[in-house]
Amino acid sequence: MTVLQKKPVSPIDHLTAEDIEQIGRELDAIRAEVVSARGESDAKYIRKVIDTQRKLELGSRAVLLFSLFPPAWIVGTAGLSVAKILENMEIGHNVMHGQWDWMRDPKIHSTTWEWDNASPSEQWKHSHNELHHNFTNVVGKDNDLGYGIMRVDEDQRWHPVYLAQPLWNFINACFFEYGIAAYDLEIGKNVKRKTLKSPEFKARAKVTLRKIRNQFKKDYVVHPILSGPSIVHTLSANFTANLVRNLWTHSVIMCGHFPEGVQTFEKHSIDGETKGEWYVRQMLGSANISGSKAMHIMTGNLSFQIEHHLFPDLPSNRYQEIAPKVKDLFDRYGLEYKTGSLPRQVASAWHKVIRLSLPNNFMGTNATPTPLPERASSPSTVAA
Amino acid sequence: MTLARRHTIVEYMATTTFLAPETRGPRGFGSRLRARALRVAELAATPLVPSDYLDVFNPLRAGADLRGRIEEIHPETADAATIVIRPGADWAGHVPGQYLRIGIDVDGVRLWRAYSLTHGPRSDGRISITVKAVPDGKVSNHLVHRARAGTLVHLEQAAGEFVLPTDGGKFLFVTAGSGITPVIGMLRNLFPVAESGVVRLPRSEPYDIVVVHVAPSEPHSIFIANLRELHDAGLIDLVARYDDEHGVLDVADLADLVPDLQERTTFACGPAGLLDALGAHHEERGLKLLTEQFRVATLVAGEGGTVTFTGNGTSIEADGSRPILDEAEEAGVLMPSGCRMGICYGCVLPMREGSVRDLRTGEITTAVEGDNVKIQTCISAAAGSCSIDH
Repeated sequence: MTVLQKKPVSPIDHLTAEDIEQIGRELDAIRAEVVSARGESDAKYIRKVIDTQRKLELGSRAVLLFSLFPPAWIVGTAGLSVAKILENMEIGHNVMHGQWDWMRDPKIHSTTWEWDNASPSEQWKHSHNELHHNFTNVVGKDNDLGYGIMRVDEDQRWHPVYLAQPLWNFINACFFEYGIAAYDLEIGKNVKRKTLKSPEFKARAKVTLRKIRNQFKKDYVVHPILSGPSIVHTLSANFTANLVRNLWTHSVIMCGHFPEGVQTFEKHSIDGETKGEWYVRQMLGSANISGSKAMHIMTGNLSFQIEHHLFPDLPSNRYQEIAPKVKDLFDRYGLEYKTGSLPRQVASAWHKVIRLSLPNNFMGTNATPTPLPERASSPSTVAA
Repeated sequence: MTLARRHTIVEYMATTTFLAPETRGPRGFGSRLRARALRVAELAATPLVPSDYLDVFNPLRAGADLRGRIEEIHPETADAATIVIRPGADWAGHVPGQYLRIGIDVDGVRLWRAYSLTHGPRSDGRISITVKAVPDGKVSNHLVHRARAGTLVHLEQAAGEFVLPTDGGKFLFVTAGSGITPVIGMLRNLFPVAESGVVRLPRSEPYDIVVVHVAPSEPHSIFIANLRELHDAGLIDLVARYDDEHGVLDVADLADLVPDLQERTTFACGPAGLLDALGAHHEERGLKLLTEQFRVATLVAGEGGTVTFTGNGTSIEADGSRPILDEAEEAGVLMPSGCRMGICYGCVLPMREGSVRDLRTGEITTAVEGDNVKIQTCISAAAGSCSIDH
């Protein structure tokens, strides 16, 4: 029984087991179409983005050498913020997903990429690619869901400590890269299991600390010193760029799984899940953001979170192209394709954070749980 | 179908000069300062390295990974072309007869092949290869028909021991089809052709050369005009044999075609059948032979096969319907793994050679030696033998 199934109207109530498997087959076909079509133009796209990002970063850092002058500070900080966002979202996140591995370019490959972020890519790939993408929105298994510090579902028992969760969420947004590093390290789990002193945890913590130290040296020591008289201004510019990047990525990621109406699932609901059921969970557990082409690029095409969760390893520049087909599938099977503008989705996600910080029904807006018919259970397991 | 290069030395002592890039040892204040500056640049570039940024502006600079830029493409025959490449600053030069491995993006996918260099060292510092498009050859067809000047390619330093001794002698070249490519490099180096005609160099005088060149037909014969020019100038003796005109060459006829065969060292390059026949023929008569082989290997994707893990030397018999990951784990190989459904890329390992099938789509991925294609072991089944770096 899923958390979802206790909702008064289950969004998959009307689907038969055969419907779900048919959805799976149709999605497999969409995937196969993209795989057979990807080629030179895709390769050109990612190389162009990387080229642009590197030039923008170098240019911005060069301008910041003169950050003593306010216009230089503003231009340099804006440029560096955009460069850092591009690096983390459209490049780093997607390369580490293996979206570009098919090019066989060792410089743009999931096994070699290291990103401009506090979390070492090796650890991030484990917690993000293996845990989050596999166990999407499964309460207790998906750390992205509230990052282990928030109440994300009515079924989680309320406690006064959750009253502070809007504040925690805001602080997490400001220092998001460190939040990511902390939960990629699974600090919470290791505290609970008392394994903070284990050699395995210590080794991983050492890698993370080394990465953070290097990141710190770059943004807060080397570049400021190189700026000479502009040392303080460059330091503040780099801090600001990191802050902007953190707030932006946090907002985009909240929009992916947190707006009202996005479903969460119970731990045992995924036992013996079929590929079709896995797809449907990704469909119900993700939400898109509508907007311009520039907006899609700045979100790393995570504005097509639904498409990304269905096909995490397809090149990001293809999500927009398949979105109408995916939406058509939602429509035909009577499922809600959740999408909205960035302000609307951010507001919706924050509304949920605030609502769940309070006891159930406090704001009179949450769903009343009612039992639903059992999902036809299938004997087969998730097949690759 | 893939094209790879194998060279075998049967009997020959060659002194090959390997020209390594000059090593710059750390000495003096200047180099200490340079090392310090490099350290600062590394700190400023982390988590990337400074060369990631420098590559954006000059991918052919000294210190970069070896690359080249295609500058010209000249058609040779209907299905062959010479590609002129400007190599990066660290190109260490070559000896005529050697080959290089070149990596080019075909439909966005980096593929590597080996081709002979078809000239001697050039004054303009450029290098060239001549490529014949083979049926279904992804790289050769791309290079001959679709590649454009300006394309960036990836290179390895020249290699191979199919080179002439520097002090002259009597030689026989037996070449078939595009097997002429390493030989034309040697000949052009010995006998350069200027606009005014063939240039006679004193250093080339001690070489007495006969070329027996085999091709399916005259129009399909790469460099035939060049060979004739040298023949007419009296610098080489050319014996051209066309399958459609003379029938397929029988190596037993060599003694008739080349009366002083006994006195010559043979250099041969062509398909395996010819080289095998030549090997047997020469061995029987106690003749010296050096061969360079174009291996046209058709990797037939089958169902299952032997999977070898090169790191620990384990081999397993893998079923064609199950992931290599599962098969290897059951055989006791410690494998990296993740989601086990093809989404997380936690199980990726480089396949050195062989074929695997994507269990989701049926798509076949093939690697020839040196490709090191990274494969997801959790959704890949063996489709024939393959060797995996692990």
